[in-house]
Amino acid sequence: MLQLERRPEASTTLRWLSPLLALALTVATGFLLFLGMGKDPIQALTFFFITPISDLTGLAELGLKTAPLLLCAAGLTVCFRARIWNIGAEGHFLIGAVAASAVAVSVGEAGGFLVLPAVLLAGIAGGMAWAAIAAFLKTHLNCNEILTTIMLNYIALNLLLYAVHGPLKDPYGFGFPQSVMFADAALLPALINGTRLHIGLAFGLLAAVAVWVLFARSFIGYQLNVVGEDHRAAAFAGFSARRLTWFALLVGGATAGLAGAAEVTGPIGQLVPQVSPGYGYTAIIVVFLGRMHALGIIAASALLALTFIGGEMLQIAMNMPKAVTAMFQGMLLFYLLTCDAFIHYRIRFRRPLPAGLSQPAAPAGQEL
Amino acid sequence: MAVSAQRLKLQGIVKDYPGCRANDGVDLTVGAGEIHALLGENGAGKSTLMKIIYGVVQPDAGRIVWNGHPVTVENPARARQLGIGMVFQHFSLFETLTVAENIALGLPADEVRDRGALEQRIREVSEHYGMALDPRRFVSTLSMGERQRVEIVRCLVQESTLLILDEPTSVLTPQEVATLFKTLRKLARDGCSILFISHKLEEVRSLCDQATVLRQGRVSGHCQPKDLSASDIARLMVGDDTPISTQVSAAQPGDTLLQVQELSWQTDDPFGTSLKNIGFSLRAGEIVGIAGVAGNGQEELLKVLSGEITLKGEAIRFTGEAIDRLPPGARRARGLAVVPEERLGRGAVPVMSLADNALLTAAGQGLVQRGVIWRQKVREFARDVISRFGVRCSGEQSSASSLSGGNLQKYILGREACQSPRLLVASHPTWGVDVGSAVAIHQALVKLRDEGAAILLISEDLDELYQLCHRMGAICNGRLSPLAPASELSINQLGQWMAGNFKAEEFADAAA
Repeated sequence: MLQLERRPEASTTLRWLSPLLALALTVATGFLLFLGMGKDPIQALTFFFITPISDLTGLAELGLKTAPLLLCAAGLTVCFRARIWNIGAEGHFLIGAVAASAVAVSVGEAGGFLVLPAVLLAGIAGGMAWAAIAAFLKTHLNCNEILTTIMLNYIALNLLLYAVHGPLKDPYGFGFPQSVMFADAALLPALINGTRLHIGLAFGLLAAVAVWVLFARSFIGYQLNVVGEDHRAAAFAGFSARRLTWFALLVGGATAGLAGAAEVTGPIGQLVPQVSPGYGYTAIIVVFLGRMHALGIIAASALLALTFIGGEMLQIAMNMPKAVTAMFQGMLLFYLLTCDAFIHYRIRFRRPLPAGLSQPAAPAGQEL
Repeated sequence: MAVSAQRLKLQGIVKDYPGCRANDGVDLTVGAGEIHALLGENGAGKSTLMKIIYGVVQPDAGRIVWNGHPVTVENPARARQLGIGMVFQHFSLFETLTVAENIALGLPADEVRDRGALEQRIREVSEHYGMALDPRRFVSTLSMGERQRVEIVRCLVQESTLLILDEPTSVLTPQEVATLFKTLRKLARDGCSILFISHKLEEVRSLCDQATVLRQGRVSGHCQPKDLSASDIARLMVGDDTPISTQVSAAQPGDTLLQVQELSWQTDDPFGTSLKNIGFSLRAGEIVGIAGVAGNGQEELLKVLSGEITLKGEAIRFTGEAIDRLPPGARRARGLAVVPEERLGRGAVPVMSLADNALLTAAGQGLVQRGVIWRQKVREFARDVISRFGVRCSGEQSSASSLSGGNLQKYILGREACQSPRLLVASHPTWGVDVGSAVAIHQALVKLRDEGAAILLISEDLDELYQLCHRMGAICNGRLSPLAPASELSINQLGQWMAGNFKAEEFADAAA
């Protein structure tokens, strides 16, 4: 008989091995899946995981997709450590993109070195404002942040659609729902010349370092950890859950908002409805895969970025559906959660108790 | 059928849990109509053993013999069918149902169809054993003692011939304990066997015929408790190398440190207790005790004093300053330390290391400067607490959850004591703690007192209160009795107070 048995202490080895195991299982399942679809699995996996990063352009594209994931994931790490389940990075991202675009469009062709900072700050402020709604609802009306942030994502998407169909629509754009192309002063500088990689990746890495410092050295990071692990101990110590909730959600909003701003001022250069392929949602997987740790989320961001590019590659090269990206992301999360169970539990084989021990006993109660 | 002389016989019971052997070859025999005590410290394996008898867990080895027949008790339903009834320490009653409905839940469906007959049976059984109960009352309106009666009557209606009682007196006033014992003796005379689990030795001596003592999962002795002194039995429980009591010198009270007047607070928790017009004062260098049955406002009083609940008025004065509005951190900065009842999950974060747990309340001791944690100082502080208070652990990096209850409590108390508080509020500091740790904790409290701190000790353990306190009173239903010098307060009087029998006029604070 197989039994799950609680370990006396959580396994540190498995905590870090689990993401690698999940990745291996995902690749193995992908192999079987491609085989079942009648495709050459080795070729498909090569296209998915290897081809995209086999030259400089490919690596630059990987960095390009890593940047928004890493920025969103850094903010979400702050939230998730405090067990504030902010699912709203996608919404913060979209509002950040809209706010940054609004500034970039209204500045127009005006130049100057202040334009870009203003545009990026607008993105940050937009993301924070959107997160502030969820923070207010949680701290003052006790609304569950999972529900509010998910719903705010849909509102944010519709605000984006309204913006590109209405106030921010390019009047000379032949009716396409998109803004004008931004002026050069509002665009992010490239990180490597000749590629699309821009300094958004540096923002992401800085955010990851900031998260590391926050939790390794700062008292507020400690307080966030305590609130997450044990809210009654936090109350006993006098850490204000309300203040920490505001802090975590605003940080989450700021980084995701910056990611949105960096996306419209970076590779796209204008506001379009499909500004995000779901970065805000994918970042949730990144945080769990990266063990809510700075180094971990950097690696996990790159891996998840690869699923976007690899998915595109398979669409082009092997005529596979777009869903292959979402499927690989889903499998990763699924296997990760499965493997995570073994951090706290282990499998034990035990023989069933020998049968025949039980015998009908004397009827109860006759002696009373 | 013939009455078997041996109602229950356990032979060589072994139960392994990951990391520890909870029961290691335990033998136990309970005769018909015998009141048998199962003694032992927390962690000695009492709970595991009774869960095995009641079918909650299965033994890894050993035999259970019931009325002469070997049996397997697969689950509690099987146990009840055999005639084994159990009254848990934490009652398993639905507060929103009536007494009769609660009892009906444990019975086979065909026995509860006739509600009138069931109520009649409940009345008969409860009156026969002197435990008056109205089957139609809602459990939420019953006192702790009455709820326990429901549990016992439930077992009797199920015609149990072995009644297991887990720490039954911990929720009762001394008067209620006397009533319970009368009932249990009558039950035993009628042939029902009783397995009485406790660590209160005087109660065991007055009630039980036989006792089995467990230590670290093994039987460390059998005795007839009436023939031994409490300290002899304690020796069997803890072994030879542990001190079993503290010598407490007389207190030398100084100036008033804490003055509480007309403190009232309305709870919004349907199962909480509102505080009503509480008044007392506390002086430097004295230990003041508050007795009471759990759930009478102790938890709320602690939170109001610690700052987890803040108030609007000026009911709480600490060194003359009204601190009602101050949050916990500000109160701590003024020298008010708190040791809460729950060690894991309030006093300490289970998954965090002892060093990290030091930061929980001691951040203000220079461990954090301008928002930055000084890891080296944190480790030093934690090591200091560990060595000064004899906390047994593998170092300051071991997680709080890896410590035994007693060692973690020593660490938490030490963490507060090392910050030299002017006032320490401690709630049930030795609850569930081994005797050795309890002695160390008592010594630490007395030492703090002698250094000039004021200590408020909230406890259910009357022996502990009488041993340590200079003055004491009782809390009942959110109201606090007057405080009286412990040397002049009879246990009878204190029991009256615990049951709420004190007049509002007596409220003048008895500080002399």
